[in-house]
Amino acid sequence: MTHILLRHREIPEINQLSVYQKNGGLAAFKNAVTTMKTTEVIDVVKNSGLRGRGGAGFPTGMKWSFADNKNWPHYVVANADESEPGTFKDREIMEGNPLQFLEGVMIGSYAVGANAAYIYLRGEFWEIAESLDAKIAELEEAGYLGDKLFGTEYSLRLYTHLGAGAYICGEESALLESLEGKRGQPRVRPPFPPSVGLYDKPTIINNVETFTNVPMIMTNGADWYKTMGTTDAPGVKIFSLSGRVRKPGNYELPLGTTFRDLIYTHGGGVQDSRKVRAIMPAGASSSLILVDDDKILDTPMDYLEVRKLKSELGSASVIIVDDSVSMDWLINKTVHFFKHESCGKCTPCREGTYWMARLTERIHDGRAVKADVDLLLNVAKQMQGKCLCALGEFSTMAVVSSLERFREDFDNAVKA
Amino acid sequence: MLSKKYPKEVKQILSKYPPEGKRSAMMPLLFLAQREEGYISKAAMQDIAGLLNVTETEVAGVVGFYTLYHEEKEGKYRIQVCADLPCALRGAEGFVKNLCDNLGVKVGETTEDGLLTIEAVMCLAACDKAPMFQTQGPEGIKYHENMTVEKTMELVEELRKSAA
Amino acid sequence: MSKPISLTIDGKQVTVPEGMNIVDAAKLAGVYIPVFCHHPKLDPVGMCRMCLVEIGRPMRDRATGQFVMENGAPKIQFMPKLETACTNKVEDGMVVVTQSEKTAEAQKATVEFLLTSHPLDCPICDKGGECPLQNLTMTHGPRESRFRLEEKMRFAKPAPLGELIWLDRERCIFCARCVRFQDEIAGDAVLEFDDRARPMNIISVSDPGFDSIFSGNTTDICPVGALTTSDFRFGARPWELDAAPSICAQCPVGCNTVLNTRREAKSDGEIVVKRVMPRQNEEVNEIWLCDKGRFAYHYAEGKGRLTKPMIRKEKKLARSSWDAATKLAAEKFSKDKKDFVVLASGRLSNEDLFNLKTLADHAGGKAYLYSRMAGGELTSLVGVSAGTDFGTMGAGTAIVVVASDLYQEAPIWYLRVKQAAERGATLIVVNPRETKLDRYASFKVRYGYGDEVKAIHDLAKTGKESDALLKSGNVVILYGSEGLGVAGSQSVATACAKLLNDNGFTGKPNNGLIGVWERANDQGAWEMGFTVEEDLAKALKGKAVYIVGADPVHDDPKLAKALESAAFVAVQDVMETATTEIADVVLPAQAFTEREGTLTSGERRAQRFYPAVPVTGESKPDFAITAQIARSMGVILEGTSASVVFDLLADTVKSFEGLDYAKLAEAREQLPVVGRSDLYYGGTTYENKHGLGAHLSGAATRGEKVSIPKAEKEVVPHPKDKELLAVPINKLYHRGTTVMTAELLHQRIGEASVSLHPAAAEKLGVRAGQTVNVSFNGASGQAVVKLDESIAEDIALVPRSMGIAIREPVAVKVKA
Ligand SMILES: Cc1cc2nc3c(=O)[nH]c(=O)nc-3n(C[C@H](O)[C@H](O)[C@H](O)COP(=O)(O)O)c2cc1C
Ligand code: SF4
Ligand code: FES
Repeated sequence: MTHILLRHREIPEINQLSVYQKNGGLAAFKNAVTTMKTTEVIDVVKNSGLRGRGGAGFPTGMKWSFADNKNWPHYVVANADESEPGTFKDREIMEGNPLQFLEGVMIGSYAVGANAAYIYLRGEFWEIAESLDAKIAELEEAGYLGDKLFGTEYSLRLYTHLGAGAYICGEESALLESLEGKRGQPRVRPPFPPSVGLYDKPTIINNVETFTNVPMIMTNGADWYKTMGTTDAPGVKIFSLSGRVRKPGNYELPLGTTFRDLIYTHGGGVQDSRKVRAIMPAGASSSLILVDDDKILDTPMDYLEVRKLKSELGSASVIIVDDSVSMDWLINKTVHFFKHESCGKCTPCREGTYWMARLTERIHDGRAVKADVDLLLNVAKQMQGKCLCALGEFSTMAVVSSLERFREDFDNAVKA
Repeated sequence: MLSKKYPKEVKQILSKYPPEGKRSAMMPLLFLAQREEGYISKAAMQDIAGLLNVTETEVAGVVGFYTLYHEEKEGKYRIQVCADLPCALRGAEGFVKNLCDNLGVKVGETTEDGLLTIEAVMCLAACDKAPMFQTQGPEGIKYHENMTVEKTMELVEELRKSAA
Repeated sequence: MSKPISLTIDGKQVTVPEGMNIVDAAKLAGVYIPVFCHHPKLDPVGMCRMCLVEIGRPMRDRATGQFVMENGAPKIQFMPKLETACTNKVEDGMVVVTQSEKTAEAQKATVEFLLTSHPLDCPICDKGGECPLQNLTMTHGPRESRFRLEEKMRFAKPAPLGELIWLDRERCIFCARCVRFQDEIAGDAVLEFDDRARPMNIISVSDPGFDSIFSGNTTDICPVGALTTSDFRFGARPWELDAAPSICAQCPVGCNTVLNTRREAKSDGEIVVKRVMPRQNEEVNEIWLCDKGRFAYHYAEGKGRLTKPMIRKEKKLARSSWDAATKLAAEKFSKDKKDFVVLASGRLSNEDLFNLKTLADHAGGKAYLYSRMAGGELTSLVGVSAGTDFGTMGAGTAIVVVASDLYQEAPIWYLRVKQAAERGATLIVVNPRETKLDRYASFKVRYGYGDEVKAIHDLAKTGKESDALLKSGNVVILYGSEGLGVAGSQSVATACAKLLNDNGFTGKPNNGLIGVWERANDQGAWEMGFTVEEDLAKALKGKAVYIVGADPVHDDPKLAKALESAAFVAVQDVMETATTEIADVVLPAQAFTEREGTLTSGERRAQRFYPAVPVTGESKPDFAITAQIARSMGVILEGTSASVVFDLLADTVKSFEGLDYAKLAEAREQLPVVGRSDLYYGGTTYENKHGLGAHLSGAATRGEKVSIPKAEKEVVPHPKDKELLAVPINKLYHRGTTVMTAELLHQRIGEASVSLHPAAAEKLGVRAGQTVNVSFNGASGQAVVKLDESIAEDIALVPRSMGIAIREPVAVKVKA
């Protein structure tokens, strides 16, 4: 199949401006700015059914229409924090097909009337930031960014901004704090960024992959986009496949592709020909899907079907866990991640992740008793529904699901 | 003084943000301050506080929050190996251990020559290319993917040579 | 008032103003929602998660926007998750459930989480007894500990954040109240969290540590014992303390306080003041105090106190009886009417000053206020009066600050002016150099020292400032004495008063002139008719002088010299001073902690203070001593009851008309409710049960016609070659008698200093930190050089009350 996001896989050097332009690049942006009303752009995106690819799956066009038109200026922010363990798609887009991503940001900016857009990259993406800066400079040179574009009244500038090592800065309100030069701790919501965002101004935040869809939708139309994927979740999605598979990597597939297809057709099957024991469809934040029945692998990967397996598709970072892995080890890993990344602002997450980590360590080290396992489940449940942002909630997912679905691993790990 | 040492960079950084968002320059300025010594000195924090009209304590709070800012002088290069779940499922833990044995240090320690500090870090968005690490040094941050201990030792040799 | 909103909380129907959060609304309905991070004075952050409740909202039809009805009432839709009551605002038709199985589980969970690493050191914790964590643990917490002791997060025991405030990291529950207070209210963001997740902790890297003059307030609002003052920590248990309402006597703001006292072995069984706490008065200090007010109360304690009357005999002071001492004074004062001079300070109460003024009038003498700032007769005429409250100022009001650094001179006014500006008031700062208040100013007006009057005149003429000013509905002007002596401050006051009076900004609430005086009751003295004297030395020479509450010998060599040649000197004071040393008669007065009385704040609010500790030795209240002297002079003054003196004062002085002690003791309910219930923890501030005080009336309010003359231009000396113009400025912490006794503050007070422009310093060949000699008019003093780029090159700033007696602009020579 031809890619619509990972186009660099077919078109060499699409990261070069001339090549990108030759392949139709930037025409959508120019067309929007010179011939379309902002509301018309939003309508196309709305009609395409595009949902956010950052995890929550919120309809993108609808979000854009929420930008408060009584309060100016507006800002656009691209969320390139990509820090969920198991997620590495945005990085490939920005390395391979950066201009399509930037064009998406530019179209989004025009649609909401923003004259400045920031690309917030995790601090580790230092090299990507440098190359994006070069691309932005080229776009300015070529007249796609700057003042009074194409002879209209519309002006736009793009800026990159590097984080410095904090998973929580992927959460949109923490991202804004960080972008404002503060500690990256989430804000109270509501108000949501489209009403009060960067510098207290209306701000539209979308994921890199979300933006990268936009130029193709503008070029080919909403109806074209809806021919892919499912009714509820049209279009394509990049699945970051990792863990115990032979060919880990990014796979751009229509939403609704089955797990089996992803793992066996694209991912080359499980390492050492072992059996899939569990799937984490949304990185470390996943509820583990118990694969005790081969049929589970035939579940289509879209937001609704995955939910039926008592999990979430999230950012579609699919981690494959085979039968060589013990769950007490696995959740000790995930819990340590969240303990390290909790921003510390709210009580249940700050204290709960710390407490859970002490328990999972003890269980994994074989120093625990059975009551500790019960306590772990209890602490995780006690955190649920109480945290200020989703990170705290995320930290309990693997714990609760694995304790409910793989209890024997824990019972084996504790002292008799 | 940052503004004396890197006048062009400071100006360029400040120009990215509107006047009411001046404080946004905090993080890029901190990276700039860290460039040469590999850590952020108290003097640099004072300097940035002055540039942005915030208190030194506010700067220190930001430095403390983010893991890529350092307050202590350690190895010139930090080798930050991803040992998070997806990489660990692909052998990262063994890699860290072997690497440490080869360098004669433990995780978190610095080699005797002061060149390298080995750290185990959280996911770096390269889960399909484990084992992998990034180096944080004077030139910024670089990724090294699909690594083996042998390849890493070659890199270490190169770094040693260029530092000498 | 904003739109009323009706909602149901735990089945109770309540109606509250729009914009209120659920915690506050519930409180009004008598429902207590437990909180930690929520504080009524701070922006909501929703971080502790203690206040989780169930919230239901009326469902609306997406298409029509109408309520969906069910059984004749709007259908209520509850969220699947609990929500924080502190961050959610009330909405019409909302249904809030604070007590259910779900909320109880959440509250228990939160308390348990907070306790996971909290140390079990309540028995030695200063907060014990007034600790909301302790209380909420009792009401909502789990009964057992499920977290292993050895796995708790441990930190070294308390460490100082600065020399005033200590931090016990183990006790911190991360509510960020202290951080937010410093940032939002104080505007000194010198506290932050370091690190993140569980290792997070509070830090301050300022120099000096925790560099804010409001730091003590954080110990009040800290809901646990994480922040304590070095003054009080390990000093007493809260439940052993008695509480006496009082008024801070350190500056003209008149903050309402409580003096916490107890009898203790450590103090030889004496009853002593253990700490000064804020007492809520929303129109004065809200619930805050500055650190000077909180820590500099020690001067009333034993050391150096005068305990008995003394008469000079053969060059030495010797003990005498009250009778002998007062008779001697009376005899000398009566000798020649023209030669009798009263020199009293604004440290005294209204009652004291009234008796002194009456005595001077009857005896035909003069009554001088010991101050170098003039213009009080104008604040009495066109000063602010009833209804004035910085807390109600916002858009539509202009606040002008002239020749004053409010942060240093009247910290709580600084807070309140800052907040008014943040609410939209037009703030115009008119000062020769940058001050902290500039940050919040809509307009900053700079002038050269000596050009004050012109700057004020220009304000009313043209330009953006005057447009903003004259179009405002209300105008308040605060003027001070930065760079000014008696004549200069008189001119400034006149110019300001004229601006206000000519443009109709008098005689109504939130309008008028405020003096930023040096002492707490200077305004009271002016109301009584005291005046200041330009050439005080001359006025004292050869006279029979009655000095009360002042130490001119220490402050100014010129005055010391003048007093040497006085005919007779009677000194009435609380403590031994340089002036008592040269006295012919010494009369021991009671400290304000030992007696009752009233003070008049700069906002012309008369407020009562009450006795807190027993009397020292044979000392008496000032007004009583004056009455005793007066009797021997044939003048009958009230000498036993302060309230009766006040009644006489109210009969005599027009602006006090209608006031009496009962009226000043009236208290109303104040919002927000703070300090009453531990569940709704506003801090350790005290509820005000002993009086909010009352405003004096102004001439304009009384309908009297006021006309203000044109201000004369001030004359400043012209420094010659190699000289600088030294101008006095005011600092919060100085070497005055009432501050120096607080050893805790010595590090902040520092040395006498002189600030120079770097170029001026270079010209003089002096460096920062170097000790130099400052000489003027035959006098001289040592000072440490500081550099300040914000001042002109021909200026030297010299803080008042730091040892160098520069009290008005003067030409000086600075030498290495
Ligand atoms: C803890 C946490 C981490 C997140 N990390 C990311 C991230 O790395 N990248 C991202 O795009 N969205 C992330 N999100 C989601 C964002 O908050 C936000 O929903 C998203 O950027 C919106 O863009 P979209 O609508 O295009 O998905 C994270 C959310 C949470 C709660
Ligand atoms: S859940 Fe709470 S502590 Fe955790 S990251 Fe979100 S706000 Fe911070
Ligand atoms: S979260 Fe509401 S009081 Fe702390």
